[in-house]
Amino acid sequence: MEEQDKILHEVTSQEYKFGFVSDFESESIPKGLNEDVIRVISAKKNEPEFMLQFRLDAYRKWLEMPMPDWAYLKIPPIDFQDIIYYSAPKTKPQYESLDEVDPDLIETFNKLGIPLEEQKVLAGVAVDAVIDSVSVKTTFKETLAEKGIIFCSFSEAVQEHPDLIKKYLGMAVPTSDNFFAALNSAVFSDGSFCYIPKGVRCPMELSTYFRINAAGTGQFERTLIVAEDESYVSYLEGCTAPMRDENQLHAAVVEIIALDRAEVKYSTVQNWYPGNKEGKGGVYNFVTKRGICRGVSSKISWTQVETGSAITWKYPSCILMGDNSVGEFNSVAVTNNHQQADTGTKMVHIGKNTKSTIISKGISAGVSNNAYRGLVKVLPGAVNSRNFSQCDSLLLGSTCGAHTFPYIEVGNKSSVVEHEATTSKIGEDQIFYCNQRGISTEDAIGMIVNGYAKEVLNKLPMEFAVEAQKLLAISLEGSVG
Amino acid sequence: MTLTANKVALSEKYTELFHANRSLLDEGSSDLLNRMREIAIKRFEKVGIPGFKNENYKYTNLERVFGKSFRHLLEYQPVDVDLNEAFRCDVPQLDTDVVLLVNGWYYAKNQPLNNLPKGVVVGSLKQVANEQPELVKDYLNRQAGLSDDPIVALNTAFAQDGFFMYVPDQVVVEKPIQVINLMRAEEPVFATQRNLIIAGKNSQAKVIFCDHTMNPVDFLTNSVTEVFVGQDAVLDIYTIQNQNNQANSVNSSFFRQEANSNLLSSVATLHGGLIRNNLKVEMAGEHAEANLYGMSFTDKNQHVDNFTNIEHAVPNCLSNQVYKNVLDEDSVGAFTGRIHVVRDAQKTNAFQRNNNVLLTDSAKMNTKPQLIIDADDVKCSHGATIGQIDEEALFYLRARCIGEADARMMLMNAFAHEVVQNIRVEPLRDRIDELVEKRLRGELARCHACDKN
Repeated sequence: MEEQDKILHEVTSQEYKFGFVSDFESESIPKGLNEDVIRVISAKKNEPEFMLQFRLDAYRKWLEMPMPDWAYLKIPPIDFQDIIYYSAPKTKPQYESLDEVDPDLIETFNKLGIPLEEQKVLAGVAVDAVIDSVSVKTTFKETLAEKGIIFCSFSEAVQEHPDLIKKYLGMAVPTSDNFFAALNSAVFSDGSFCYIPKGVRCPMELSTYFRINAAGTGQFERTLIVAEDESYVSYLEGCTAPMRDENQLHAAVVEIIALDRAEVKYSTVQNWYPGNKEGKGGVYNFVTKRGICRGVSSKISWTQVETGSAITWKYPSCILMGDNSVGEFNSVAVTNNHQQADTGTKMVHIGKNTKSTIISKGISAGVSNNAYRGLVKVLPGAVNSRNFSQCDSLLLGSTCGAHTFPYIEVGNKSSVVEHEATTSKIGEDQIFYCNQRGISTEDAIGMIVNGYAKEVLNKLPMEFAVEAQKLLAISLEGSVG
Repeated sequence: MTLTANKVALSEKYTELFHANRSLLDEGSSDLLNRMREIAIKRFEKVGIPGFKNENYKYTNLERVFGKSFRHLLEYQPVDVDLNEAFRCDVPQLDTDVVLLVNGWYYAKNQPLNNLPKGVVVGSLKQVANEQPELVKDYLNRQAGLSDDPIVALNTAFAQDGFFMYVPDQVVVEKPIQVINLMRAEEPVFATQRNLIIAGKNSQAKVIFCDHTMNPVDFLTNSVTEVFVGQDAVLDIYTIQNQNNQANSVNSSFFRQEANSNLLSSVATLHGGLIRNNLKVEMAGEHAEANLYGMSFTDKNQHVDNFTNIEHAVPNCLSNQVYKNVLDEDSVGAFTGRIHVVRDAQKTNAFQRNNNVLLTDSAKMNTKPQLIIDADDVKCSHGATIGQIDEEALFYLRARCIGEADARMMLMNAFAHEVVQNIRVEPLRDRIDELVEKRLRGELARCHACDKN
């Protein structure tokens, strides 16, 4: 797969912090989507037959699905035939040591703030970096392997652990789940796979960094996390993309399966390129994330800080199947300029005594629209279930919008569900108080917003929290007055 | 695909009924009503009878009830007994002017209301539209016509008669007007009712709607009420729904409020089959205030869905909603509340609360509160809870020697009383309190004063 069908992309980068393009060689297939393209992707990845069938099955279902239009978003028509469905850094991502890695790639990671080697020593975070859909580097693998933890790229897992993939792929997000999940299932090129064996507490945070680099490509990665009985893992995900005038599509799927008494903590700092001030360009972030608490007393918690993307369509959800299982969703979503976000969660209570908590903080500025959409569903068998939801929206400026669309469905008498939502702006008295003490209005707003989001930011792992706070400040820059 | 085919067939049933009876509908009706039929039926055809795939009817599938076969009442059916004698629905200590409607039609033998203040018109919409079209023409279908709800369009296409009330500027109607909607038929019937209430500038009035059935057969009522609340006017609309459990209804109310007006709407649903109450309020003038309350007590296979939509189109308005439901046995409840604050409607205060108590494992409650906010200087909130009676409160009462059944009753009464206490007519408040208590005890078949039916 060396020289064929290659397109080299050279686009000059612009000023946005992560807006650079790295010019390492990448390999793509032509634009367009049909069964042959899927066969090519599958063949390039040297996949077993069941994977090809999985993809084709998903593709056929996708063909029959309409693009969802229920979200409070204005999505321009997307030409799915005008997207490159496979683009990978050309040099094969199998390195023994970092010296063998393309220096441009190392440079890219350094710009992104993920010094792969240093991180090993300093932060103790194992990183799997995914560029344009292909996982290029997984750090710390050996240390993890000693504990029996599998943390590798998805394609590697398909080759080395096909049984696990076959067993768990599509368990939380079946191919027919929704339009974008079906598309992802058909064409996903890589992603991360993580397996924590029984009784193991993962000694470090696992992390994936996603990056769209090539132009005209869509990114379709897939993450699968399986936590066996009594295991624990904390997983981080970050993402950036270059600045381009065109819109790029990112349709990812994340699946989490937690078995008896397992706990998975998934944190995201999403910072895809949001488009420029006039709303030109930016990433369409249409993501399906779902965790299943299959085992008793298992726990899945989602924490997300959403600051990027031109359009976000994302509902990290928990299916609480096991008795006494717990689901959590903590979110800060910031929209500025022309960004649009429709994000929230689904908590489906199936097992007895299941509990879920939803904390959502929306911040809108500029002419953006920020919507929370959530479903809390308590099935008749989920006796003594409990949910608490709180959705607050903060409006900065009179031209933005904040919207709340919760759905609550309860089918038994012993469950208690509470939901509250408020919408307001930053009080003039609060700003006056800060001004009086010599804090400029802009700083005051930054402080107040950070304080407002603190409840969620506190749930993030340390180094992510710092990054998220900075992002909040950057995202809201210039939104005052 | 069969589902879609059924849906088309169902909608065609109604459009065919319309075209076949067009001349009957037009006959005797004012041109004001007739000229809007064509557009309305086209609008209905576009969507058809909404099923659960329609987002606004997600929790109430109307295909089921509209699919049953009914006799359609397309002209006034004379009633053989004197309903004023046969039916009474008194509120103790409350003197009201009573207007009877039978199957959606103004009852021909209504006692004339002689003591109304000067200029006040209370009567049949059909008659007023024919005789005093100038009272009607600026208001009829001015709000309902903007709705994209197919059921409202269906009503407009078939509308012939209903309750009409006009209160001129500066007039205060002290005595509440009580409108009794009676459903009376030997076989299942479908009725269409169209009401119009106009309250002029600085006027005041109170209207009480009581919905009843006289026979234990299937009914389906499609009712639309348009209410215009003039500048500085104060208007109270109370609705008590107490029909038999085979009586289904879709009631759509549209309120338009001018500056400084004050509206109170309170709906109590006691008995009935499938009931859907749509309520739309448009704040068209600044400093208007709307208080909207609703409560329902359901059991057996009852299905009650309250759907509210408050549009804050101008700054400085206040809206407040409290909806409570108590669900027993296999009943299903739904609440959808939307608050929409449009751009630049600054200084808006909009609050909404929905509390529900489920008493059995087979009862089901769906709630969908929504905020759509496009202005920044606002205070908006909504809260929704679904749960059961507080065990600690129950323990507190039981520790004070109150039996469990009594303690539960006290707590449920208190739960409901929060809605009831907002009723601004004291005798009516006491009466509804009493009805609620009886309903909770399961002793209320119908209002006790309505024994004769």
